[in-house]
Amino acid sequence: MQQPNSPPGAAFAGPFTTPLLDPDRPTPPGVGGPGEKAGDVRYNVYRNNVTVSLIDALADTFPAVRRIVGETFFRDMARLYVRREPPRSPLLFDYGHGFAAFIDGFEHTRPLPWLGDVARIERAWLDAYHAADRDPLAPEKLASAPQDALPALRFQPHPATRVLRSAYPAVTIFAANRASGPVGKILERDGEDALVTRPALDVFVRKLPPGGAVFLTLLCTGKPLGEAAAAAGGTEPGFDLGANIAGMMEAGAFADILVPDA
Amino acid sequence: MSTKTVIGAAYLASVVAGAVAAGAMTTTAAQAQEKEKCYGVAMAGQNDCAAGPGTTCKGTSSVDYQGNSWKLVDAGTCASMELPENRMGSLEPLERDLPS
Amino acid sequence: MPHANNGNSRFSAFPVSGRSGASLKHTHLNAIFSERDQVGFFEVHAENYMGAGGPPHAALSRVRRDYPVLLHGVCMSIGAPQPLDEAHLARFRSLVERYEPAIVSEHLAWSTHDDVFYNDLLPLPYTNETLRHVCEHIDQVQAAIGRRLLLENPSTYLVFAESDYDETGFIREIVDRTGCGLLLDVNNVFVSATNQGFSALDYLADFPLEHVGEIHLAGHRQQSDDEGEPLLIDSHDGPVCDAVWKLYDIVIGRAGTIPTLVEWDGDIPDWPILKAEADAAQAVLDRHAATGARKIHHAAAE
Repeated sequence: MQQPNSPPGAAFAGPFTTPLLDPDRPTPPGVGGPGEKAGDVRYNVYRNNVTVSLIDALADTFPAVRRIVGETFFRDMARLYVRREPPRSPLLFDYGHGFAAFIDGFEHTRPLPWLGDVARIERAWLDAYHAADRDPLAPEKLASAPQDALPALRFQPHPATRVLRSAYPAVTIFAANRASGPVGKILERDGEDALVTRPALDVFVRKLPPGGAVFLTLLCTGKPLGEAAAAAGGTEPGFDLGANIAGMMEAGAFADILVPDA
Repeated sequence: MSTKTVIGAAYLASVVAGAVAAGAMTTTAAQAQEKEKCYGVAMAGQNDCAAGPGTTCKGTSSVDYQGNSWKLVDAGTCASMELPENRMGSLEPLERDLPS
Repeated sequence: MPHANNGNSRFSAFPVSGRSGASLKHTHLNAIFSERDQVGFFEVHAENYMGAGGPPHAALSRVRRDYPVLLHGVCMSIGAPQPLDEAHLARFRSLVERYEPAIVSEHLAWSTHDDVFYNDLLPLPYTNETLRHVCEHIDQVQAAIGRRLLLENPSTYLVFAESDYDETGFIREIVDRTGCGLLLDVNNVFVSATNQGFSALDYLADFPLEHVGEIHLAGHRQQSDDEGEPLLIDSHDGPVCDAVWKLYDIVIGRAGTIPTLVEWDGDIPDWPILKAEADAAQAVLDRHAATGARKIHHAAAE
C-alpha cells in the first residue's frame, strides 16, 4: 500500500489509518497483542478513540443541533459525517465547517429543513469565539467622519463578525435550544438572518431586521456606505438605515472605517 | 435593482448622527422592546457552557465507533417544539438501514 | 538549552521543581481564581490555544500571571513518517514565545496521515526507520522553539510485529540522538504493561529516569481483549489508581522530586476533587523531599 512518493519506513501509516474510520475493513496486518494474542479488539480501541473523540468534538460544537435531534440521533448522524469528512487540521475547534451542508443533504433530517441553518449559526458562533481580539469601531470615530465622505465610506469588519441568512426562523430555534430553559412554542415562521459578533469576550447572536443582512454583507465585503444603504433599501422596502447603523455599532460588527481620499 | 438609488451625503450625515446619538442614550423599556425586534440580542454569551471542543490526549472508555444502521430515537426537542404549519415537526421514522 | 526564566521574561519566576499541578479546565476557572496558590502549576494542551483570540487566551493569560504554565502538545504527529506540519509547528512556537512555559512536551505517537487528522495518539512500530523519523522531527521541533522538548511515553493497546526495539530501548536511542528530555507518564506505563504483558517495574528500571523532567498521573478504565483478559484504556476520566500511586512513589524515591501533573480530561469533576489529586501527588513529593530523596541530575529540567 506504500505510495511511490512515501518516505522509506512509511509503510505502517497507510494500512494502519485506512480502517480507522471504516469498521467493515479488517484489522491491519502485523498488529496484535503480546505473544500470540489477537489484534482485533486492540485495534478497535483506536477506531473507537478516533470516532468517539470526533463525534464528541461535533457534539461540543453543535449543542443546539444535538439538543434538537437528541443524543442518539446526533451521534449516529455525526458518526456518518466523521467518516465522510474527517478533520484536515489538528485544530478541533475548526472542525465541522461542512456539517451544515451535510445536514442539508441528509435524508433523515429532511423533516427539519432549518436544521442546517441552525448548524451554520453554531459554527459561526465558534468561529467568533476564537476570532482575533480587536476593539470595535468607536461611535465617536464614525461620528467624526466628514459629511462629504460618508457615501464612499467603507467599513472594516471586526474579525469575529459573521452574517448568515436563513429562509427559516433559524435564529429563534437556535436561541431556544442554546438556552437552558425548556423549548416552548416557536411562533416565528418567517426567514431570519443572523449577525454574530464578539466585541469583547462574549459571543452575541442577533436577529437582523429587514434588509440588515444585505446591508451588512455589502459593508463586510468592502462596498461603500451609500451603495450598501441603497441596495438594502432597494431590496427591502422596510429597511431602516438609522436603526441598522445604530444596531451594527451596538453589536460591534465593525472594527474601523476607511475614509476615502478627498 | 433596476433603478439605482443614490443616497445623499447630507441625508447619510443626519442618519449617522442620529444612530450614534441613539446608541449613547439610555434605553427605555419601550426602546429595549423595539430593539429586541431589530438587532435584539437573541442569545448572549454562555461561553462557559458552549466553549466548543477541546483536544485531549486520552483514550475513550465508551464504545461507539461501529454503528451503520439507523435507529430512529425521537428524543430531542424537535419532538416538543411546536412549529407553525406543522412543516417543521418531528423526525420521520425510516425503516430501512442506511448504506454504510 | 535556555530556560524560560531568563532575564527577559515578562512573567515572575515560579519554580516548578518539587511541585504538583493540574490540567487547566475552563469549567474550573472561577474556582481557581477564587484563591491563590491552588497548585504548583497548570498544564494546557497547546492546540486548544491555537485560535487567534477570545476567551481561551484571556483565561490562559490570567492564569499565567499567577502560575507557571506547562505546554503539552497533543497533535504534532512526531511519530508519523511524513514531514511535520510547518504551519502547526509555527503555531506551537508562537505559543512558547507568548506564554513562556516552564516545560514544553509532546508525545511519542502520531495523529496525521496525508492530510487527515485522526485526533488520537496512534502507535508506531519501533524500528530503525521510525527512529530516524522521530529524531528528525524532534530535532526540528527543538530548533523551532529554541528549547528542550520532553517526549512522553505512550499508552499502547497493541504491538507491531515489525518492531526491532522495545519501548525503553527506543526511547533511550531518541534521547541519545536528540538530547530531548522525557515526560514519564506513570499511568501510561501501567496501562501499557498490563496491555502488553510486561512488568511495569522492569520498564521503569530500564527507563532513563535521569532524563525525566516531568511526570504525568491519570486514571484509566478496564476493558477486555480478544482473549477476555484485561485491556486498560488510558481514559483520564477518574482518580489515579492505587497501583499507579505505588509506582509513582517508587519513581520519586529513585529519581527525586520531579514536577508532577495530574491529568483529568473526561467526566471532569468539580475543582476540589482534581485539586485533591494534585495535593496527593504533592504529599508524595514533600515526603520524599523531607527524607532527602536521592537526587538524580536532571538534564531535562535545566
